[in-house]
Amino acid sequence: MALRTLNVAPGFMRFMPKEYQDLVEKGPFGRQIKVTDLGTFKEVLEEHPMCEGCAMAFFIRLSLAALPNPEHTVMVGTAGCGRLAISQAAIPFVYGNYCDTNGVATGLKRGLQIRFPDQHKDVVVMAGDGGLSDIGFSQVMHSWFRKEKFTTIMLDNEVYGNTGGQESGMTRKGEVVKMAPLGKQFEKIDMLGLAQTSGVAYIARLTPTNPSRVFSTIRKAVLIAREVGPTYVQAYTSCNIEYSIAPEKVLDDARQVEKERYGFVEIMSDEAKAYLERIDAESKA
Amino acid sequence: MINSKPYRVVPGPEGLLPPAAATCGVVLPEKGEGLVLGSLQSEQDTLLVMARELLTRKNPTIFPGPLVLWAWKEGVAEKAASVLELADEIPGVRIIPMPDYRPIYPKIDPEAVINPCHPNLTIWHNKIEVCVFVGVHCHFANITLKMIRAGTNCYTITLCHEAGHEDSMASLPFCGSDQVRALTEAIRQLKREGLRPRYADTPGIQLTPTQQTVLSGLAWQHGDGALAE
Repeated sequence: MALRTLNVAPGFMRFMPKEYQDLVEKGPFGRQIKVTDLGTFKEVLEEHPMCEGCAMAFFIRLSLAALPNPEHTVMVGTAGCGRLAISQAAIPFVYGNYCDTNGVATGLKRGLQIRFPDQHKDVVVMAGDGGLSDIGFSQVMHSWFRKEKFTTIMLDNEVYGNTGGQESGMTRKGEVVKMAPLGKQFEKIDMLGLAQTSGVAYIARLTPTNPSRVFSTIRKAVLIAREVGPTYVQAYTSCNIEYSIAPEKVLDDARQVEKERYGFVEIMSDEAKAYLERIDAESKA
Repeated sequence: MINSKPYRVVPGPEGLLPPAAATCGVVLPEKGEGLVLGSLQSEQDTLLVMARELLTRKNPTIFPGPLVLWAWKEGVAEKAASVLELADEIPGVRIIPMPDYRPIYPKIDPEAVINPCHPNLTIWHNKIEVCVFVGVHCHFANITLKMIRAGTNCYTITLCHEAGHEDSMASLPFCGSDQVRALTEAIRQLKREGLRPRYADTPGIQLTPTQQTVLSGLAWQHGDGALAE
């Protein structure tokens, strides 16, 4: 996508659905959005088929609004709850087969770099814990080893929510879920540690309790991935169905989990820090 | 026993899973040809068939796809203009866009949009019995056409920029603005020859109720809303 693709052909605007008219006239494209702007512009994702109270849908909404250049972004996802919303957003979406999101993103990013050498094209993988830490694990790791310049965002609901509640690698030890009645026998995978070992340039762990933090984290991750190297964001996005959390209690749960075991973590390489300082100085100049 | 009768691509409903016409022996037309009900015809004959169907069937509708709806490159505005000229010649026609291919859940508004994931909803709701696809990427057009043939009685016409579509009832390949204008001219010719359009008393393009609602919201009245690059 590019800004010029957002011009409606002459004479056709009056036939366009209201949503598209609003995207053209009041969308986030071609301008910098702040978290305080939420509610004042047409977001790339509004309607979606996710469950009532879904923390993942909320996090996805915030993340998509936080993208520094949505008109130059391609999302990559795979099977799971998240893609139901991501694929419906007004941002190009590539559906990777289960296991190959980071392989697809690699080819996509490299191809876009060749095709558009003068324009940053951001590639963002956004998939669940099953897609990234289990079935897509190998490709995630290898994309990090190769220092591929794109962002990987894990929507960590700590279960296979889309298929009825099987344990995933990110489910906590001892947790009993619907299709794992004996409780999980192994520890939650330490993806943050693996990312550090792999030399990922920017690593963050967070919950959706603080929209400003989600904004700044996603923005940093995408910007650093442009020039420095791979970035990884791991977000706690509870499955209120599989973990039986009432819709109105979802954010309370997130706050509690954040306090107990999922506090904000940010790990940045020196190169990434220097890069952010440089672009910050440039934007103020 | 082998069925030697040529396969005819006729309006449905043909059933849940109609065969791809290509697997039944229907071949794509060359430049200067067209496809009508699965048979190769000359371009001019194809245009006349399309014109007749558009003027005589119920609720003619044009479904412009992203390749003509978005001015994404030079030449699109010209083709878009030719599509609007075509619409102007079909009394009572509606224009319902397919602006992109993303899934729309939990519910689409069939008076506002046609979606390749469930095009039958728009056809059924608006009781469309003849439609034109123009500017839809071929791989999405193919699945859309099969779904329409499977579940509706709509006569499908494709004005394809590439090689044409076996699964539409009438298809013209390599179709630029000149070919769209040739179809417009074929419609004028039929009218001159005395064909009275089904909606002869309904002048111009008709907006759907949803489009009228949006129009009254004044969202677009101050121009085409173009963004600068």
